Amino acid sequence: MSDLLYGEIEDDLRAGVRSLLDDTCGWADVLAGTETDAPHAAAPWDGLVAMGVTALPVPEDAGGAGASWRETSVVMEELGRAVAPVPFLGAAVLGTAALLAAGAADVLADGPAVLAVPLSTAPGDPVPDVRADGGALTGVVTSVADAAVARTLLVPADGALYAVDGSAARITHVTSLDMTRRLADVALDGAPARRIGGADAVTAALTTGAALLAAEQLGLAERCLELTIAHLKTRYQFGRPIGSYQALKHRVADLWAAVSQARAVVRYAAGCVASGDADTAVAAALAQAHCSGIAVRAAEECVQMHGGIGFTWEHPAHLYLKRAKSDAIALGTAGRHRAALAELADLPPV
Amino acid sequence: MSTAPPDAAEIERRVAAFLAAHDPAAVPPREFLRARYDAGLAWVHYPEGRGGLGAARAAQPAVDRAFARAGAPGNHPERNGIGLGMAAPTLLSHGTPEQLDRFLRPLWTGEEVWCQLFSEPGAGSDLAALGTRAVRDGDGWVVDGQKVWTSMAHEARWAILVARTDPAVPKHRGMTYFVCDMHAPGVDVRPLRQLTGEAEFNEVFLTGVRIPDTDRLGAVGDGWRVATATLMNERVAIGGQAAPREGGMLGVVTRLWRERPEVRTAAGHDALMRLWVEAEAARLTGERLRQRLAAGDPGPEGSAAKLAFARLNQELSGLELELLGEDGLRYDDWTMRRPTEVDFTRRSPGYRYLRAKGNSIEGGTSEILRTIVAERVLGLPGEIRTDKDVPWKDLPK
Ligand SMILES: Cc1cc2nc3c(=O)[nH]c(=O)nc-3n(C[C@H](O)[C@H](O)[C@H](O)COP(=O)(O)OP(=O)(O)OC[C@H]3O[C@@H](n4cnc5c(N)ncnc54)[C@H](O)[C@@H]3O)c2cc1C
Repeated sequence: MSDLLYGEIEDDLRAGVRSLLDDTCGWADVLAGTETDAPHAAAPWDGLVAMGVTALPVPEDAGGAGASWRETSVVMEELGRAVAPVPFLGAAVLGTAALLAAGAADVLADGPAVLAVPLSTAPGDPVPDVRADGGALTGVVTSVADAAVARTLLVPADGALYAVDGSAARITHVTSLDMTRRLADVALDGAPARRIGGADAVTAALTTGAALLAAEQLGLAERCLELTIAHLKTRYQFGRPIGSYQALKHRVADLWAAVSQARAVVRYAAGCVASGDADTAVAAALAQAHCSGIAVRAAEECVQMHGGIGFTWEHPAHLYLKRAKSDAIALGTAGRHRAALAELADLPPV
Repeated sequence: MSTAPPDAAEIERRVAAFLAAHDPAAVPPREFLRARYDAGLAWVHYPEGRGGLGAARAAQPAVDRAFARAGAPGNHPERNGIGLGMAAPTLLSHGTPEQLDRFLRPLWTGEEVWCQLFSEPGAGSDLAALGTRAVRDGDGWVVDGQKVWTSMAHEARWAILVARTDPAVPKHRGMTYFVCDMHAPGVDVRPLRQLTGEAEFNEVFLTGVRIPDTDRLGAVGDGWRVATATLMNERVAIGGQAAPREGGMLGVVTRLWRERPEVRTAAGHDALMRLWVEAEAARLTGERLRQRLAAGDPGPEGSAAKLAFARLNQELSGLELELLGEDGLRYDDWTMRRPTEVDFTRRSPGYRYLRAKGNSIEGGTSEILRTIVAERVLGLPGEIRTDKDVPWKDLPK
């Protein structure tokens, strides 16, 4: 059994990332950012890049930190806590994981690389039909996360993985449910491309992404729970704090228990991905199947237990709700991951 | 002078040396178990001289596996769950050296089974309301009252007992904790039949039962604090066991699913996979909790383990019956019996389904556990209490 706790280095890393996000990524900024055209917030993203935490699992000789996905998972927890509008998932997780799996980490020297698949794609799912004719790609990939930041787009086509210069694609931004993680449609019309790996690199990247996204869901759920508890202690109705009513108390107790479980599941998945454990596919699917629902529940309870204020644009609860619901669909729904688990655990349907 | 506790390699060496000197096939089981206790290889995290080596708790599973591999006799924890899970840790933290000398070894070997005389007809969730009286009499106490839901009282040699020693103070302050001899005159154990048909639990009438003061655990009036320690251990004992993937009730249902394709339905599959995920999450949470304990940093997650355990057992055993369809309509046996062991996954699907209903009641109901998590872990305000500062004798009953 892998180590499910946090090490000292991870605690320090967490503190560093949290303080950066506290300084650059307050709720007011995040909220204001959702109403601009900027695809992401520059200050926190530049800060993360400068800290080196966007390249933790990349080997040192490829310009990375030579750490692992375990530490990256801690960064994702913090990004979830802050609903940070940064292109970390698309670039530092999915893109980087695809390049590492393809043995092409050198591509990162040019700048961020983003995996061009619809954000809803689960490991093993079919990908959009993009044709590779000689050295040129043609086709459309819809709902790609974080495409705007890509110096390189990593595009699955004809059963392989290709690298395309970001400027060679037509990128159309769409209005997303979660405006803190912008989606775009990517159109390729004979774009020059270089084959860098096989389809297995895509599956590996999506599996890593599933494990890491669960960490974001954990951080998000934990923050929602904290906000809710703080409110239950200070809001009085009928002459008592509303947190003294069992109807609310018991629900947050259950939620806390669920979040504690999510932490164990997330740590297990991060450990498996980091070490290339034989149980990685199970661990990642388990993480998504378990954490998606918990993050959504935490965000929904946060809205409900705040009453009218929780329903306003000014209160941050909706930022979490939108991120949580999008995350629940991203990289495969919980139902999709349960189906994967059924196969992995040899529990066939009917 | 203190020496460092032995590490895994040293413990392994001691187990090997013990097995070399005590052939499990030749030494009679009782003698073998006593010798294992005396060698400190019973529960290695207990102190030296108390069946342990003062080692890390995490070292125990390897020891148990080594003894099992060697074909050594076991101490049958399923027959003495209250003794091993609750009485022993409470004795260790609150007992005198004489009490530890007297009680721990036969408890661990299984020669003496224990039960728990806590609940009463008027005091369940509100255990501190209990009214069984213990009155000082020379160098001992005389106890009168009625206990109820006492599991395995019919098998027990000893009981942990909480009784009221001062009715004039508020309820939490007037209780004292005792060890009660279940063979003493005035102890009357009567079976209480459960919804499963059998009688694991009993009602116990205590009439003029004499308990020597040397069998008191903790100070007079300090019974609530000692009882709280017992209850914390109880919840860990019920919900916190280490298990492999697909262990326990989940394993029962996944086996059924694989071995009998005709029970499979789409809805059943959906339910099964949801529960598979939940069970695995609960298992990893238990594992993480044990890693924190081993690192000397016990997390509060333990208080939630029993909540998850109860829910999972109930859902899984309910699903098993539904998958079985027509077979699920039958029951194995309604005959009234007094079992000698507690094992939630034994007997038949119908039994498992019914027995699981007790999991959210015994050892603190799920409602009470949620309140405990909300107040002690999350710091939410307490319930409105009308009983806290009122002398016990003046409380409405
Ligand atoms: C199989 C089994 C074995 C047992 N073995 C033992 C044993 O060996 N020794 C022993 O001492 N006891 C034993 N018990 C007793 C057990 O601890 C009690 O049944 C339990 O604590 C509940 O008490 P009660 O039955 O009086 O129910 P009550 O306390 O009357 O509860 C009734 C209902 O009210 C709810 N409730 C009560 N107070 C509150 C509140 N403040 N807020 C919200 N809801 C509340 C409860 O959750 C429950 O749903 C056993 C019970 C079972 C089922």
